[in-house]
Amino acid sequence: MAEMAAPVHNWDQDPILEVQHLFMRFGGLVAVNDLSFKVGRGDITALIGPNGAGKTTVFNCITGFYKPSEGRLVLAHGRAPTEEELAAVTLNGERALVGPDAGVYLLERMPDYKVSGEAKVARTFQNIRLFTGMTVLENLMVAQHNTLMVASGYSLKGLFGLPSWNSAQKQATERAKYWLDKVGLTERADDPAGDLPYGAQRRLEIARAMCSGPILLCLDEPAAGLNPRESLELNELLRAVRAEHGTSILLIEHDMSVVMEISDHVVVLDYGTKISDGTPEAVKHDPRVIAAYLGVDEDAVEEVEAVLDEATGTQS
Amino acid sequence: MAVDTAHPAGAVASPGSSILPGALKDAFITGLIALGLLGPLVGFETVVIDGALGLAYRPLVVAIMVGIIFAGRLILNLTVWSPNRPPKAQAGPGPVARGMVAISPAFKPALFAFAIGFPFLAAAMTGGLNESRYLIDLGILILTYVMLGWGLNIVVGLAGLLDLGYVAFYAVGAYTYALLATSEPVNAFFASFLGETFWANWAFWFCLPAAGMFAGLWGMILGFPVLRLRGDYLAIVTLAFGEIIRLVLINWVDFTGGGAGIASIPRATFFGIPFTAGEDGFAALFGLEFNPMHRIVFLYFVILALALITAFTTVRLRRLPVGRAWEALREDEIACRSLGLNTTNVKLSAFATGAMFGGFAGCFFAVRAGFVSPESFTFDISAMILAIVVLGGMGSQIGVAVAAAVMMGGMEMLRNLGFLKQVFGEGFDPSLYRMLLFGFAMVAIMIWKPRGLVSSRDPTIYLKEKKAVSGSLVKEGHG
Repeated sequence: MAEMAAPVHNWDQDPILEVQHLFMRFGGLVAVNDLSFKVGRGDITALIGPNGAGKTTVFNCITGFYKPSEGRLVLAHGRAPTEEELAAVTLNGERALVGPDAGVYLLERMPDYKVSGEAKVARTFQNIRLFTGMTVLENLMVAQHNTLMVASGYSLKGLFGLPSWNSAQKQATERAKYWLDKVGLTERADDPAGDLPYGAQRRLEIARAMCSGPILLCLDEPAAGLNPRESLELNELLRAVRAEHGTSILLIEHDMSVVMEISDHVVVLDYGTKISDGTPEAVKHDPRVIAAYLGVDEDAVEEVEAVLDEATGTQS
Repeated sequence: MAVDTAHPAGAVASPGSSILPGALKDAFITGLIALGLLGPLVGFETVVIDGALGLAYRPLVVAIMVGIIFAGRLILNLTVWSPNRPPKAQAGPGPVARGMVAISPAFKPALFAFAIGFPFLAAAMTGGLNESRYLIDLGILILTYVMLGWGLNIVVGLAGLLDLGYVAFYAVGAYTYALLATSEPVNAFFASFLGETFWANWAFWFCLPAAGMFAGLWGMILGFPVLRLRGDYLAIVTLAFGEIIRLVLINWVDFTGGGAGIASIPRATFFGIPFTAGEDGFAALFGLEFNPMHRIVFLYFVILALALITAFTTVRLRRLPVGRAWEALREDEIACRSLGLNTTNVKLSAFATGAMFGGFAGCFFAVRAGFVSPESFTFDISAMILAIVVLGGMGSQIGVAVAAAVMMGGMEMLRNLGFLKQVFGEGFDPSLYRMLLFGFAMVAIMIWKPRGLVSSRDPTIYLKEKKAVSGSLVKEGHG
């Protein structure tokens, strides 16, 4: 079969994030049903699916805003953990096992702010959440809070204006300037974030997430509301983020021009379950994906599923 | 012209004749409403008849008030609100706004200089230290509220957490000083190796930091249970906390002295030198003639210094990560958490810092009055401080200072409305109406300045140019 002959994928070899048997139930509603997938280190992975498929719920589980009902979310710093390491951290009840060259974090055990602060997973939101009353530069400074808090000696050094604090602040400003330059907002650094046009707000939210120094960047519909030119610019930005900083990207997107253009790996959700997982090319031609997106007769779905089950059955 | 076509041509040709009936009708309706409202509210007066409480009616006062309202409305209708008035051309900021921009850089230093020179100015104006006591006392009162306003501003204005129980921390500070300074064991402990008068002379300077620390601790104790609450729920719980502290002070008689309070608290000293007429008193040591006003003037400078420390610290903290985190919390708590900010710590630090300054102010209150009782720490004080913060413009230092001066100073000014007696007759007591006038003033300010006196926000850092952030973009916070 074609799939058997395909080369071994990066996401199987070196996953940065492994979602294992994730369940999320809200009362009687099962929003995410036994979902497992891998996000490759240095890959751009897209999570797609029709409205209400549970994509944002998965995001909220990964970033700690929801506690999953069941499942394990393994984030690997440096290299993928060995079976023994993973078993050890899972059994001893710790949130993370950090060694000198690698670290493994179990995201489902961490509160939201630690997922960002310690595990280094940054996110953006479907409805933009900027600090609208603060300037663009201030937004980027807040993103570097944890580093700056230590540098300011938990406010004591900063209160007396010690030189070590001033240099740390300068460094943080330089970093902010770098990202402002990247997203083309240097000119508007001193304007309130709420005054920016929509597209610029989207870019600023990405810049703010990057200022927190993440290894995995989760973007919830970054191209929503952007015009075609802005979508192209977004593609360039995301490629640059990956190439220059080695940040892996996981994104939810409806805009297929963005998804097919930039992603290395696509995971398709429908009704909380995974219906397809592979390269953009493979997913595009997957009959289940076509059925989920375009809609077909019940009979046709059953037919396709029967064929597919047979195929996968023989494979394993 | 668009305005002219909206009205009949005759109105433009002979303004007075055609708008008069309309204006009269409007003024008449307003007068009727005023009569309906003032009739029972102002008209009835409680009087004591043969030892029993009875009601008297004063139609004259009502008639005069309704007359003023009728005439005022009529005049406004014919002049300011007249449809024939040419519309104001709105090209750029008006003269008032331009004037404000021109004087704003000089405003803060001028205010500062005035605050420093105020006691001498007051003495010079009233012709002597003893005569200026009223003014300096008023200055102390205003500065106390400026400091409390700045303290609460951290919690409400910066962090966006609505706190209705701020008076609790004021009480904690005051009772910390009152209890420690009058404590026999503490006095005996210091007397054993530092002399009999040591504690009485130094108590204030030792208790001041302790009061701030205790109040900060109480801020955290309050902070923990309310972390999950937002908006109205947070406000209600903080309100309850303020009441709990007061009720504990009333009912724990053995410890706090109950409703009778704690009296004869040691007075403030000039860093250990008491303000007494004796040989080792302040006046004798500095070669001055003894005057009890020295202590009052000194107290004025103590509260001025405390208020300036509060302002300075707040301004510095705003430019530090902790201050930016407070403001970010007010803007969007979920975004804060997505950026790795531990919002629990951010909230607790805001509560603790705000409470600490309340504690300092409380300690000062106790040393100034020399007497504390639970009656001094009612909800009214919390409401007053919150009103100062809201009126001043949430998050603004200078706005809060001006609002405190206007509120506290204005309330005092309203006591001196003697000229109203000439309008309403000798039996009229103007000081009874000051709360009414005060309410009118508040409503007026909220109509014309809904975001407070200073509605724009100063950015804490900038690359090229510092631009104020318009108040419409700044969120009020929701818990």
